[in-house]
Amino acid sequence: MDKPFAITLNPGSSLANHTGSWRTSRPVYLDRLPPCNNQCPAGEDIQGWLFHAESGNYEKAWRHLTKDNPFPATMGRVCYHSCEDVCNRAKLDAPVGINSVERFLGDEAIKQGWKLAPPEADTGKHVLIVGAGPSGMSAAYHLRRLGHRVTVHDAGPFMGGMMRFGIPKYRLPREVLDAEMQRVVDLGVEVKLNSKVDNILASMKAGKFDAAFLAVGAHIGKRAMIPAGDAAKIVDAISVLRSMEGQDKPMLGRRVIVYGGGNTAIDVARTAKRMGAEPIIVYRRTREKAPAHDFEIEEALQEGIMVKWLSTIKQAGESSITIEKMALDDKGFPQPTGEFETMDADSVVLALGQDVDLALLNDVPGLEVNDGVVKVDPNMMTGHPGIFAGGDMVPAERNVTVAIGHGKKAARNIDAWLKASSYQAPPKHELAHFERLNTWYYADAPKTVRPMLDIIRRQSTFDEVQGGLDETNALFEARRCLSCGNCFECDNCYGVCPDNAVIKLGPGKRFEFNYDYCKGCGMCVTECPCGAIKMEAEEI
Amino acid sequence: MSLQPISFYQTGTFTVGNRLLAPEDRSVQANMQRTNSLNSGHRACQGCGEALGARYAIDAAMIASKNQLIAANATGCLEVFSTPYPETSWQIPWIHSLFGNAAAVATGIAAAIKIKKQKGQGGDTRVVAQGGDGGTTDIGFGCLSGMFERNDDVLYICYDNGGYMNTGVQRSSATPSSARTATTMPLGPEPGNPFGQGKFVPAIAMAHEIPYVATATVADLRDLEYKVTRAMGMRGARYIHILVPCPLGWGTASHDTIRIARLAKETGIFPVFEAEHGEVKSALAIRRPLPVEDYLRPQKRFAHLFGKNPAVETIARIQAQADKNIRRYGLLETETR
Repeated sequence: MDKPFAITLNPGSSLANHTGSWRTSRPVYLDRLPPCNNQCPAGEDIQGWLFHAESGNYEKAWRHLTKDNPFPATMGRVCYHSCEDVCNRAKLDAPVGINSVERFLGDEAIKQGWKLAPPEADTGKHVLIVGAGPSGMSAAYHLRRLGHRVTVHDAGPFMGGMMRFGIPKYRLPREVLDAEMQRVVDLGVEVKLNSKVDNILASMKAGKFDAAFLAVGAHIGKRAMIPAGDAAKIVDAISVLRSMEGQDKPMLGRRVIVYGGGNTAIDVARTAKRMGAEPIIVYRRTREKAPAHDFEIEEALQEGIMVKWLSTIKQAGESSITIEKMALDDKGFPQPTGEFETMDADSVVLALGQDVDLALLNDVPGLEVNDGVVKVDPNMMTGHPGIFAGGDMVPAERNVTVAIGHGKKAARNIDAWLKASSYQAPPKHELAHFERLNTWYYADAPKTVRPMLDIIRRQSTFDEVQGGLDETNALFEARRCLSCGNCFECDNCYGVCPDNAVIKLGPGKRFEFNYDYCKGCGMCVTECPCGAIKMEAEEI
Repeated sequence: MSLQPISFYQTGTFTVGNRLLAPEDRSVQANMQRTNSLNSGHRACQGCGEALGARYAIDAAMIASKNQLIAANATGCLEVFSTPYPETSWQIPWIHSLFGNAAAVATGIAAAIKIKKQKGQGGDTRVVAQGGDGGTTDIGFGCLSGMFERNDDVLYICYDNGGYMNTGVQRSSATPSSARTATTMPLGPEPGNPFGQGKFVPAIAMAHEIPYVATATVADLRDLEYKVTRAMGMRGARYIHILVPCPLGWGTASHDTIRIARLAKETGIFPVFEAEHGEVKSALAIRRPLPVEDYLRPQKRFAHLFGKNPAVETIARIQAQADKNIRRYGLLETETR
């Protein structure tokens, strides 16, 4: 025994004392579902791709994004970004400009010429897709990535469907659309334009297709019964927008009456304005009740477009129309007042919604059509095995993002069906509510506003109205993301643990708990900015 | 020259780490190779603010001294929970002597190092003394004042949890007015600590005109690390006073330790500032001003103020104390981050 005076024991480390035995509840890491991801109709992992954009790795962000949606440059212009409506940051200052960062990534990809990853192996299966719109091309992309051979037929002369024939180019420049469509073609997707499918079963048999995805859209303009003289010029909105894409621009005259209150009505009015006309929108209800997005109505008003709210067209003549004033009843329905007004009109454009051309589905056994749309099961399959459908031709909200989501969902289910199995979506994480966040840790940062084209050029040209962010402010905007529910490696848990019971695993690898020493105080949970840790009771 | 916050990289310098910052701009605590001066297995309560504050401060001092550091420790929670014979949680050279003499022991170590250096026998080892508010503001105060007055080359760190918590929550001269203690309640119907003259040791340290005096809390790691690093860059007597909430003695939830420290700073109850040679150089601005009630209410030691008939006059007196801090140290004047 050669210890100093009065020392009988060798010094030891407190590591021998496993304080984890004190614990009655334990912290566990988890991923919660950010509200934006939960909301996205295309199923994008928004928080996931913003995470990469935050560090300036735009290519990785773009690759992460395009796992779910191959058209970010298009989305960044035409998506109605309902994700931003539910963004938790809105409760702090203003929502993250998700849409503007998406557009930046999409534009950057076009500028840099990034290519989508080709499939790893071919399965030997062949899928027919009818319709080269957002839904069809989204399905084509996902099916091709899964290794299937894909042939897309479209009746029209260009790819893009409603993204081209329904959305004016001041909202979506055609070179952007073309670039994103071409990238899908470059994966080895065969696209046959000007090739209408008249009978789906015959086409499938002739081409020896293993499955089909129908996404023909809805582009037959709805008519309304308007008593009209022979000389009255009445056209439908979709035809007007479609003819904008061809050589012969539509002849509408100077006084153009647009009848309807949806986004198509706004689009066609703004298009007419740019062609030198003086469009007036006539809508039977109020601005609050109009189905068009309010920001689009606002932009139209800014451009000098007049709107007659609470009015219906009673009669159309050669150079004038008669409208009747309406009033909302107790239940909010418009009722006629018997008060009439005459307005000069060279033409009337009907924007009252669209129907689906279902001719190609005649005589398909098992297939069910309700209210003019095709019934599909939760896997997007119609009543006829092997024939799937999506986009505007199935019952759902009609917009580009929903259509793209349908394409992805259908592709996964077609893939499973071709393998004689069924697609199992991974279970959804619990939602990352605002209350789960510790917002003290986020720096104050107001939203970056995208530049708008000046009003004179908006009234006379088809130049894009909304500008994009540049690299600096796109990065700033991405970094406004709170990363709700998903660890972004801020090291708070690692730092605030009084017991060193959090092990940092290194960049990109996150953390783990050392339960030998964790006393279960829960400080890591309280101080986690993004709510990616929770306490669970110990089993005693 | 106060801490320069990084303005905006998602969480800037609010969080412990930030993957978007350059490695040299990150905190010591974010480093995978931090010393962990106070290692796992110590016997501090769940959510102990002092254990956290001590690791924050000493890890930063280790980096600043290039791992050439000796710590002298006063008796108190920090000593008892970290070093029950023969175990210790300390991973640095560490000495404990008595309750009241940590400053004197450190002075002796610093003197020995100075002599060894003169004889060419040792390198530039730095000395830290540390203790709780009991060992600093009460029992060790004489030794501390002497160390200041002689300007000995020691950084003294006080971890202030406002009482003798290790022995079951008794009052110290750092116990705030109206805070209830377990066994040192005043005579009469009111259980709270009486309003005395107060004894704010950072101000007393400033009166010694020593090179550096600073306050900090466990709620602002980057500020705390900056102050320890700044102090270690100087010679002579230096003093840092760190507010460390005590879940046991304050009657707060163990997961709320940092939140309570943050509330102390945001309400103005605890001014966070730094001073050189007796003059205040900068203060950490209040970011989201709050009434003192927000700080008092979550703590059971102040629960007697919020019964059926809230003690509005007492709360107003505490608010007046906070308002005085805000005025005196200019806590609302610096631009907010």
